[in-house]
Amino acid sequence: MIQVDVEPILNEFGDAGRDALIPILQAVQERQGYLSREAMIEVGQHLGLPVSKIYGVATFYNQFRFQPQGKFHIQVCRGTACHVKGSARVLDAVRQALKIEPGQTSRDGLFSLEVVACIGACGLAPVICVNGEFYAGMTTEKVDKLIRSCQRKAAENG
Amino acid sequence: MIAIEVNGETVQANAGEMLLTALRRLGIKIPTLCHIDGLPPSGACRMCDVEVEGRPNLQPSCATPVVEGMKVHTHSPRAVRARKTIVELLLANHPDDCLYCVRNGNCELQTLAEELGVRVRRYQGARDRYHVDQSSPSIIRDPEKCILCGKCVRVCEEIQGVACIDFIGRGSKTRVGTAFDQGLNVSSCINCGQCVMVCPTGALRETSHLKEVYEALSDPDRFVVVQHAPSISVTLAEEFGMKPGADVCGALTTALRLLGFDRVFDTSFSADLTIMEEASELVHRIKTGGVLPMMTSCSPGWIKFVEQTYPDFIPNLSTCKSPQQMLGAVIKSFYAERESIAPEKIFSVSIMPCTAKKFEAGRPEMSRDEVADVDAVLTTRELARMIRMRGLDLANVAPQPADTPFGERSTAGKLFGATGGVMEAAIRTAYHLVSGEDLADLKVQAVRGLKGVKEARVQVAGLDLGVAVVSGLGNAAKLLDEIAAGRKDLHFIEVMTCPGGCIAGGGQPLGADGEAIRARMQALYNIDRSEGVRTAHGNEAVQRLYREYLGQPLGDKSHHLLHTHYAPRGVVA
Ligand code: SF4
Ligand code: SF4
Ligand code: SF4
Ligand code: FES
Repeated sequence: MIQVDVEPILNEFGDAGRDALIPILQAVQERQGYLSREAMIEVGQHLGLPVSKIYGVATFYNQFRFQPQGKFHIQVCRGTACHVKGSARVLDAVRQALKIEPGQTSRDGLFSLEVVACIGACGLAPVICVNGEFYAGMTTEKVDKLIRSCQRKAAENG
Repeated sequence: MIAIEVNGETVQANAGEMLLTALRRLGIKIPTLCHIDGLPPSGACRMCDVEVEGRPNLQPSCATPVVEGMKVHTHSPRAVRARKTIVELLLANHPDDCLYCVRNGNCELQTLAEELGVRVRRYQGARDRYHVDQSSPSIIRDPEKCILCGKCVRVCEEIQGVACIDFIGRGSKTRVGTAFDQGLNVSSCINCGQCVMVCPTGALRETSHLKEVYEALSDPDRFVVVQHAPSISVTLAEEFGMKPGADVCGALTTALRLLGFDRVFDTSFSADLTIMEEASELVHRIKTGGVLPMMTSCSPGWIKFVEQTYPDFIPNLSTCKSPQQMLGAVIKSFYAERESIAPEKIFSVSIMPCTAKKFEAGRPEMSRDEVADVDAVLTTRELARMIRMRGLDLANVAPQPADTPFGERSTAGKLFGATGGVMEAAIRTAYHLVSGEDLADLKVQAVRGLKGVKEARVQVAGLDLGVAVVSGLGNAAKLLDEIAAGRKDLHFIEVMTCPGGCIAGGGQPLGADGEAIRARMQALYNIDRSEGVRTAHGNEAVQRLYREYLGQPLGDKSHHLLHTHYAPRGVVA
């Protein structure tokens, strides 16, 4: 697990008060890849806010993750164009293949899943993005194939 | 004063107040689901919507200030229809579990559905599926029954200063929960139950000990004793339709006997015992340069709060156990020996105004040789359920006295039920300890009343003492911050977790307003005014216990049985 020292981030924000909560959380996630419990507790102590509040605010926004990203970070686009072209089925296929929900990371740490509103590649709908690489015209079968190839890659690289 | 028009009639309202306040004073019933008396409006539920002429939208009366000349229609077809629609929407994903629900018959959502004539399920929403959180020793949370009114969140933060719960997530996935969505038991929850008191539905309730109690009562090998806290006799009556403030102490005792308890004791007896120890401890600390200000220790939510949030103040806490635990301890020691009953055979039940008392009874410090001093704790509400199930009408039960040797009390012990009561009782006895005489006027007016913070200087036979009485932990936290910042004029501080003290505890009958709480308090003051024995040290039964068993306050036996210790605890806060 990537653990990041939160203190330097908090120092960057100096005396900024509670209004800086979201930028601080963004900065933590930027560095850590997600928001760890320890980081949220520390941010809470720094700002004098209860952790329940930090967690409440963080869970309100889709952008925050609470588990480290997997080796393969899968983003499924659920924008309008993808939706029309059947992205709901694509998302279901990923969920079933990986047995995780959006926002979660598989136990082996290989995969994490995120739903994005519109990834800006409507011409490729329905589209999936894995570690920044786009996969166009996804179907249930293509999803299975893609995941298998990721697993192979991981096995090869040990 | 300004004039407004309500349903065609001109009436007076106070400038600056909210419409809801004015309407209620006029006796007009406006339903609310998110409003909490005394806190700023949140405007979340819109149940209180009324029509105001000239304004295109319905106005939430809880958040709409009165304006000279405004014309209000509280029950216009449009307003009523809006309220009904809100309830129908709330019910769209509701479990409809009423028959099996702890709030069946006194649920605000159920009542509104009935009053507004909801007869069909007009909207069908997907049921949310959440786990019931049963991790806490005191509180059970069932998020499926939650209507997201936000009252629990606000009480926990704004009144109690705990803030262990908040809204999690967004949109249809929004729910109320702890940091990281963990069990309440590992959160900073102090088990006070104030969230239960404001919850309009069955989403929050106490962890019930009824099953254990019924099992013990039907076990011929167990000797089942019960104690009831000072405030119970002045609140229980409300569960049976009597006026707030009715004192049913005698009927309560009879009812407990009819329910099958072998002995009925009065926690006010051990409140007197607590005062003997606590007043002695205070005088001892003052005379020997001990840690001051001393802080009371009978409210278990407060104790956990100090342990987790203000551990630096642990040495300030009185080492006295609470009255519940003191009585539990002497029942399973002195009484067990005297009656030749093995302590393991005794099942000790207490009736408490408080959900945190369930947590307290389970603390490892509160047992000796693996035998818990108190085995089960029932709230006032749980006791009322037992009495109803037994088919008793409390109003028509002939009163009986409690059992010896723990049935006698002074009125000082009884005062424990209200904020300021421990202080008043302690001052009376501390005065006697220092001077050998009783105060000329036993009543200590400065520490009475429902205010959240009361301070006074009292003269105890040559000692000039600074005392403070706070209730509601938000108030307590402020005072602790002042002391941490260097405030030095205080010697003794009484803290009750719940605003108003035990009469408004988290286990009391639901739906009491400020007036009812005041009536409960007045009932305790009336008892104090009308009886002869008004000091803890004047309680003959307590003196006998010292003579026959304990020796003297702060002595070895007391130390072993009646005192305890605390330790910092780590929680997610
Ligand atoms: S919370 Fe109220 S409406 Fe919901 S099941 Fe319980 S009694 Fe019925
Ligand atoms: S019991 Fe008290 S501390 Fe715990 S959640 Fe409820 S209000 Fe907050
Ligand atoms: S648990 Fe009860 S008080 Fe809290 S938000 Fe839900 S309905 Fe309101
Ligand atoms: S009571 Fe007014 S909006 Fe809820």
